[in-house]
Amino acid sequence: MTTAIADGHSGMREFKLPSLGADMDEGTLLEWHVQPGDVVKRGQVVAVVDTSKAAIEVECWEDGIVDQLVVNPGSTIPVGTVIALLRQPGETEAQAAQWKAKHPVAAPAPPLTEEPARRRVSPAARRQAEEKHIDIETVTGTGPQGAVTVEDVDRTVAAAAGAAVPDRAAEMRRTIAAAMARSKHEIPHYYLATEIPLAAATRWLAGVNESRPITERLLMAVLFIKATALALVKFPELNGFYRDGRFEPSPVVHVGVAISLRQGGLIAPALLDVNSKPPNQLMRELADLVKRARALSLKSSEFALPTVTVTNLGDQGVESVYGVIYPPQVALVGFGKITERAWVADGAVQIVPVVTASLSADHRASDGHRGGLFLNELKTLLQQPEGL
Amino acid sequence: MKITYREAVRQALHDALTRDPRVFLMGEDVGRYGGSYAVTKGFLDEFGPERIRDTPLSELAFVGCGVGAALGGMRPIVEVMTVNFSLLALDQIMNNAALLRHMSGGQFSVPLVIRMATGAGRQLAAQHSHSLEGWYAHIPGIKILAPATVEDAYGLLAAALADPDPVLIFEHALLYNMEGELTSLQSGADMAHARVRRQGTDVTVITYGGTLWKALEAADTLAADGISAEVIDLRVLRPLDDTTFLESVRRTRRAVVVDEGWRSGSLAAEVSARIMEQAFYDLDAPVARVCSEEVPIPYARHLEEAALPQAPKIVAAVKALLPKK
Repeated sequence: MTTAIADGHSGMREFKLPSLGADMDEGTLLEWHVQPGDVVKRGQVVAVVDTSKAAIEVECWEDGIVDQLVVNPGSTIPVGTVIALLRQPGETEAQAAQWKAKHPVAAPAPPLTEEPARRRVSPAARRQAEEKHIDIETVTGTGPQGAVTVEDVDRTVAAAAGAAVPDRAAEMRRTIAAAMARSKHEIPHYYLATEIPLAAATRWLAGVNESRPITERLLMAVLFIKATALALVKFPELNGFYRDGRFEPSPVVHVGVAISLRQGGLIAPALLDVNSKPPNQLMRELADLVKRARALSLKSSEFALPTVTVTNLGDQGVESVYGVIYPPQVALVGFGKITERAWVADGAVQIVPVVTASLSADHRASDGHRGGLFLNELKTLLQQPEGL
Repeated sequence: MKITYREAVRQALHDALTRDPRVFLMGEDVGRYGGSYAVTKGFLDEFGPERIRDTPLSELAFVGCGVGAALGGMRPIVEVMTVNFSLLALDQIMNNAALLRHMSGGQFSVPLVIRMATGAGRQLAAQHSHSLEGWYAHIPGIKILAPATVEDAYGLLAAALADPDPVLIFEHALLYNMEGELTSLQSGADMAHARVRRQGTDVTVITYGGTLWKALEAADTLAADGISAEVIDLRVLRPLDDTTFLESVRRTRRAVVVDEGWRSGSLAAEVSARIMEQAFYDLDAPVARVCSEEVPIPYARHLEEAALPQAPKIVAAVKALLPKK
């Protein structure tokens, strides 16, 4: 997130901590990948930020020159805090200095965060933290107006006493709990499901994969994701965000892929612009995404942007999914296990691989009629895999 | 024994009159009419006009008579119909009853008991509905009692009579018809301590008198939501037993003070201040108060209800101090 400062002669940019998910309100800067004076390109990873879910690589959204790193590694800062200042290409340090003289945020060294609002810490919590030798700045407040309470300090003490891994797991569980509770609290879900025969898709995949080494083979999951994205283009009311009391359709389809983690919990980072990418490329990106998600090294854009989520629980042996929408998204498409069934087609019984596809959708943004048509479109698309 | 609050007060007065010949009652309508809340019904016939004395409508005069009688060795129990009318007698209560021990260098004491009804909730409009006991609790030299239970309605009167200094007893008008269990007719209740009426761990609700029952109702509601509220009945508004509520607040780390008086300069303000002075470092949230709205208590029922502390307001105040569930 960068903000141009209207200043007449200078194009200094403030690079702010982006929100890396609807449930993120602060993050801890782990490290900088750039130094003052470095030239950065749009999309370049400039920093690593720890959220409650994972360490995420934060990309820069504009070309420029790093003028100053405002926040030091180790600092926990709210979303929207200015963490660095960027000069525009060609702008000199002198021009930057002139700009900074007028803008106190960019005060010269030592680098400081913006004056943070005074944290609310209850007197009892402050004393408890002192007694337990806990840095109160590391405690997340859950009391009224976000105040840190004794319970919060005790929780931090307990977390510090436990191993790092269970701590992360507990934090992730809390994050998931918050997002899912919000979803069920706010979103009037409706659920639809349909059975999709996959004879054509299975045949086509077998043909494509025949000559490929194992590592390059396409998985059915990729066809599901691509077909979902293509279908969503025709049903924009299922793709986007419901925010501030209204639905904002998204012009692009970034599919969040639910990935379960070995240590428990799950994350749903995005495959970007899925509708316009061929299956081979999506397969590579998916494999990469799963690998990096499990290593907890994801990019900020992958985290913040999903416009819809696809979850595939077929590997776990279940037949259908009744998903909980990840707010502020408005739909979740689920796929179950592919099973061979007796299927009637053209007046004859055949043995056909079949999957149950389901749609959980936000009734504020769409109705069951359109949801049904969407699933039908998904079914149609999967009958012509070569067109995906 | 299950009896009403009215009956408990009546029983306490009856026992006092029977036990001590120095005790007599004085007030408007206490004799022929039987008391404006029917507490002294039948007393005139039983004890005679010497000891059950109807007075003219002059609080200043008959409270002054009570002060004089007490100075003269009697044990008068003066009934003022409601606290709203006691303001006429404020000069006698403050400048004579409360101060004489001090002004006489300890030579005189005023063993006077004054009972009065307080509080709203019966659509009696502004001049009959206020809760001014907090004002009296401001005055050194007198003791202020607020019995909220049948047990205290009975027990505190004898304790007040035994005290060598003036004691004011405030009976919330809504309580007279309330039934409760009276287990002991022993005189001499504890006149020094607050009581924990319900134990809890998450928040301390501190109150007295008529609002005790609203606080207990709120605690029931909160319990259904998994919030454990401790409810403390102050009983004695002066001298205030801060040890009991401070001990509780140090455990629960949160306090809501409920007081039917107006918020500004209220007894609730005093309780809150003592918590801030003595338990600040034990708090997890600012002290909250639920008091009456700062308006003359209205006559219309819905407005009267809206002006007073109510259980839902107490529930909301408690929840605002706790993390969102």
